[in-house]
Amino acid sequence: QEPREEEKDGNKVGKDEGRTESALQQEQHTKLKPRKRKQEEAGSDGKEFISGKSDPFPGPAPIPEDRVQKFKRKEKTKMPRPKHRKLRDMIVRSDEASEMAQKQAARLDLLLPEDAGFLEGDEDEDTCTISQEDIADAVDITSGAKYFNLKLSQFGPYRLDYSKTGRHLLLGGRRGHVACIDWQSKQLMCEINVMESVNDVKWLHSETMYAVAQKKWLHIYDSNGIELHCIRKFNDVLRMQFLPYHFLLATASATSFLQYLDVSVGKEVAAICTKTGRLDVMCQNPHNAIIHLGHPNGTVTLWSPNQKEALVKMLCHQGGVRSVAVDKTGTYMVTSGMDKKVKVYDIRTFKPLKSYFLPAGASCLSLSHRGLLSAATGDIVQVYKDVWSTPVTKPYMAHRVRGTVWGLHYCPFEDVLGVGHGDGFTSMLVPGAGEPNFDALDANPYRSAKQRQEWEVKALLEKIQPELISLNPNELGQVDHTTFQQRHQDRVQALGFDPLAKDRFTPKYKKKGRSSAGNIERRKKQVAHEDQRDIIRQTVEDKMKMEKERQEKEKKKAELSGQKSALDRFKK
Amino acid sequence: MAKVSKRKNVCKKKLKKGFEVTQKSAAVKPHVVYDDCEEEEVLNEADENITSEEEEDDNDERKRQKLLEAISALGGKRKKKLGERSEAAVQMSEFTVNAEGEGDKIDLSDLIGTMDNNSSVPAKTKKQLKNLQQTKKTIECPLSKQESERILRDVTFQKAATEVSRWKGIIRQNQRAEQLVFPLNQEPSGPKPIERVVTSWRAQTPLEQEIFALLSANKQPINDPILTPAEEASLRAMSLEDAKIRRAELQKARALQSYYEAKSRRERKIKSKKYHKVHNKAKRKEFLKQFDEMVKTDPAAALEELNKMELARMQERMSLKHQNSGKWAKSKAIMAKYDEAARKAMQQQLEVNKDLTQKLVISVNNEEEEEEEEEASHAQLMPDFVNDAEQGLDSSNPWMRGKLSEDPTEKKMSDIVDPVAAGAGVVGNIAEEEEDEEEVEDTEEEALLREFDSRRKLRHAQKTDTVPVICVDNEEETVEENKAAAEDLNASDKEEEELSEFTSLFKGIAEAENIEAAADASHMDTSAQLEEGLMRIRTLEDVELLSEKSATDKVPVQPQPPPATENLPSATQKAGKNKKRKRGIELQEALTREAKVIQIPLALTVEDTEDSDEKLDQRGLIKEAFAGDDVISDFLKDKRKAEDAGEPKVVDLTLPGWGEWGGTGLKPSRNKRRRFRTKTTPPPPRKDQHLPSVIISEKKNSSISLHQVNSLPFPFENHAQFENTIRSPMGRTWNTERTVKKITRPKVVTQLGAIIEPMAQEELMKDKKLVSAGNKSSVDSWKRKH
Repeated sequence: QEPREEEKDGNKVGKDEGRTESALQQEQHTKLKPRKRKQEEAGSDGKEFISGKSDPFPGPAPIPEDRVQKFKRKEKTKMPRPKHRKLRDMIVRSDEASEMAQKQAARLDLLLPEDAGFLEGDEDEDTCTISQEDIADAVDITSGAKYFNLKLSQFGPYRLDYSKTGRHLLLGGRRGHVACIDWQSKQLMCEINVMESVNDVKWLHSETMYAVAQKKWLHIYDSNGIELHCIRKFNDVLRMQFLPYHFLLATASATSFLQYLDVSVGKEVAAICTKTGRLDVMCQNPHNAIIHLGHPNGTVTLWSPNQKEALVKMLCHQGGVRSVAVDKTGTYMVTSGMDKKVKVYDIRTFKPLKSYFLPAGASCLSLSHRGLLSAATGDIVQVYKDVWSTPVTKPYMAHRVRGTVWGLHYCPFEDVLGVGHGDGFTSMLVPGAGEPNFDALDANPYRSAKQRQEWEVKALLEKIQPELISLNPNELGQVDHTTFQQRHQDRVQALGFDPLAKDRFTPKYKKKGRSSAGNIERRKKQVAHEDQRDIIRQTVEDKMKMEKERQEKEKKKAELSGQKSALDRFKK
Repeated sequence: MAKVSKRKNVCKKKLKKGFEVTQKSAAVKPHVVYDDCEEEEVLNEADENITSEEEEDDNDERKRQKLLEAISALGGKRKKKLGERSEAAVQMSEFTVNAEGEGDKIDLSDLIGTMDNNSSVPAKTKKQLKNLQQTKKTIECPLSKQESERILRDVTFQKAATEVSRWKGIIRQNQRAEQLVFPLNQEPSGPKPIERVVTSWRAQTPLEQEIFALLSANKQPINDPILTPAEEASLRAMSLEDAKIRRAELQKARALQSYYEAKSRRERKIKSKKYHKVHNKAKRKEFLKQFDEMVKTDPAAALEELNKMELARMQERMSLKHQNSGKWAKSKAIMAKYDEAARKAMQQQLEVNKDLTQKLVISVNNEEEEEEEEEASHAQLMPDFVNDAEQGLDSSNPWMRGKLSEDPTEKKMSDIVDPVAAGAGVVGNIAEEEEDEEEVEDTEEEALLREFDSRRKLRHAQKTDTVPVICVDNEEETVEENKAAAEDLNASDKEEEELSEFTSLFKGIAEAENIEAAADASHMDTSAQLEEGLMRIRTLEDVELLSEKSATDKVPVQPQPPPATENLPSATQKAGKNKKRKRGIELQEALTREAKVIQIPLALTVEDTEDSDEKLDQRGLIKEAFAGDDVISDFLKDKRKAEDAGEPKVVDLTLPGWGEWGGTGLKPSRNKRRRFRTKTTPPPPRKDQHLPSVIISEKKNSSISLHQVNSLPFPFENHAQFENTIRSPMGRTWNTERTVKKITRPKVVTQLGAIIEPMAQEELMKDKKLVSAGNKSSVDSWKRKH
């Protein structure tokens, strides 16, 4: 949210109408707001300043509501006003601070002007029939250069990985060929043959190191192709995921082990036997660093290094799961299975949202920053837009590559999809795939070596411990209720009374005999039911709400079903 | 030196002597004696120097005197004996000189006696002095030192306290302030607005001063846009805030006045208890009079009135109002033993009750008789339909809607229901009414009912017989009435018996009917509706069934099995099966939900071959072929296992042999086992209870709880408050620079090198103004800043 370095991304195709809309919106807001603010100003500042004309646009510029909403942290819970004045001040201040933070962030969002474009066909023209060559011809030269093919037919189907900044590409051929390339300048950094079969390749935290899952062990090389480590603890690795903020390399092996390697200290953090057979489908949830594994019995399991059993196990397909992908915000999960279906789940509630039938099924899935889904069926790569919100009937784009697709990966911050296949590597142009605005403090594609070093130190300092990985990343901000209760109980036992209990009402002493015992009792009785009344009111309100919801649901159901039930005639 | 020492010795000697003689008194004040002896010594020396010859005589004389003095001092009080001047002598002790009138009290007149003669003294003073002379009051003696000091201390403390407490406000303000910058009142650095610079400008040169003097003398504005003092004054006369305050005051006053008025109006209307008593009595009398008249003039209206009275009587009978059962009556009952008045009051209450619940039979009968006489001309018989339920009396009661199929005897009679008769019917037995309510179409019941009817008719005939007797003789009437009441009682008893019989019969019929209805699908829902009230849920299974029925609420193809008791077990079994199957089906449904088919424009050329995993692919193909068969059941099994693992387990703590015989083949008794078997509390509902295709682990994540806050920090009262305050991050990664600075502001800022002086008095004055202006403005300004 800080002012970031902005550089123009030249590869945005199509018009951006969003900008003009937002401008219009802003105008509307300015029309609505000023009057109110003017009054405020006149009340306070008008007296102080005597010269000159009054400011026609006093006060700070208005912020669009939706933008403020975007930076909302957590819903403020409504509570009764606390009695303690100090506490009241504290709460008010913290509320104001968070509101200010939100507003400021929304205000500075203005400094992120880049917008994602999309491919738009002519009338009666399907966007999926537009070929890559046409797109490459239409766009500017730099963007056009991002469409290219690498013909590497010798060392068999390729897996690939882009570095976090999106500058570097790592290719791993099945027959031992490993190469890393600065793909934008097409500069080859290193090229080796490990003389073993390669299952997967993965960049570590920066482009100086990468991990290769070879036939037997896991190896780590630097960008010059020098082998740094051979980790014997990790054998038969099939798939790998790197959790950048935790510095953890998660590996899934053929022996059904899920292992975590802390690459900052070189220690194995956790080794979990999943007892589900060969693990060759894996992805991570970037939101909460949970690893998703797909299994041949149609289930997808969620794992954290802190628990020896799966956090969640969900049955997704009737056949085996072939591929899993989770979007950047951690909201949606897309799976494809042997039953030739592609399903979209809301991973927060574990409920299915959409289900699609692909004639040949999808062997690989990948989600871009902006939520474009690419699915590979055989040698065809399809790209879908808005799979979760609107039912899709046809792909947004499609492209045929020369061999069976083996790996799919979107390039971060670019409108590029990398496809590794049996005949090498293809870099596709997919307009609207990449996030146009990057956070230069987090992942800067244009950083120098010096900046990278700085970033590395900072990232190591801010490294998140693996214990903090949990399904709900906000859990850390909550009070540990069970421990609290336990401790409180102990304390009550030790003290003999409850220190947190609300002190009971003691009537004020009154003179002239008005504080007789009877009178005191009467006064106590007057407020005795106040607390109870609150509770009762609350429960009654809850009940009413529930009842209303239920009724609404029923009504909806009835409307949906359309036919009248036999009991309807007794309804009033 | 020898002389001195010698003298000392003498002195000591004398002292000794003195001690010896006057042991006590001298001990009290030794220095006095010492002084004396010194003086005497001086004298002695003088005497020695001057007269050496007469030394002897003189010494004797003096000694004697001294002795006398000492003796007199023995008496306790030290009275100075006045020496008498007898003769003129050269050696005369000055201590024996005395003034005349010594020891008398001084009078005011002694002091101001000369004033009368003196004309220079003003008359006023004289008068005052005279008054003073006349007053007999003595002046109070002044307070003791301690007391006066205490008072002084008190006063000074109060003064200091008020002085100090003036600082309270500003101190609290500073304590509560978000940030304090020391030194406290410094000018904010940076550019100032031009207005402030202009207004703070002062005339310096003589010319300027002269001009400004002129301007100010003429009350002209000095800065261009500023108003003249007159205008300012007019503005100040009623500022908005003042006006608001004033208006609020006025509003409050008006509101208070109106409240008071309303209260007094209300109070004025309240009449005394006695007034009400008298009033009510008068009313009653008046009413009776009117009623009597009405009976003659308008019998229909009178009847209505009568009905009303009857209703009141019924209400009275129903209520406990005058039955001496209330709080007051109970208290009186306790007092009644000793208190005549209390007894009386209770009696009165009972009387009131009696009055109100008394039957108004006489008048009714009279009336009836009259009317009968009238009606005799029109129709010879009273319709016996009187006790029939009125049509449309209570449409909601299903039993009331049904009508007795007509009696063959009654067919002849006119169907008109006489209102009078109806009124009389109300008087009739309530039990009878109850009977009326239970009229059903079934023939058996009808027969029963007919029997009732005939009996009723009989009774009615009896009544009508008695009526004329009553009007002939009052005394007889009462006897007769008693008889009738007794008869009634008997009859009602009998009827009750019959009634119970009847109800049991009816129940049986109803059940039979239900069974019939169960077979009949069209009638099903209505009967079920009715049953809901009747049926008791007996078994746990029933409860399940019910809940299921309400939960699923999907209109089933086959109607719910009739809830007759025989059918129950099978029905529940069926339902259970349904439930189980349903779950499976649901899962299946979820998995095979209608999927959108997507068409791909490009045709597949290369088959999806996975070279290395050919075997796996084969397996996959097989799986695909038999998709959904074992996958779902496996998953369900897994889920069931997880659910079972989470369920509470019964802990058996029985020890064989304790409290009874133990050994091989002997089992602990059931009683004992029951006592030592404890069931743990059931866990909260599973998170995945509504998600058929998901298993969520219920294990607690213990690793994160090490990092979580597990006790509330000081001022917070509950979790929500605390969690609310830490809900937004503070770091630079997530916030703008300004926000970070704002959030992490230090509480106290001191300027390097600046002297922090204690707060001056002016600060206090300034602050007072600020405080009076209100906290609101400060809040506003704070808000404006951001």
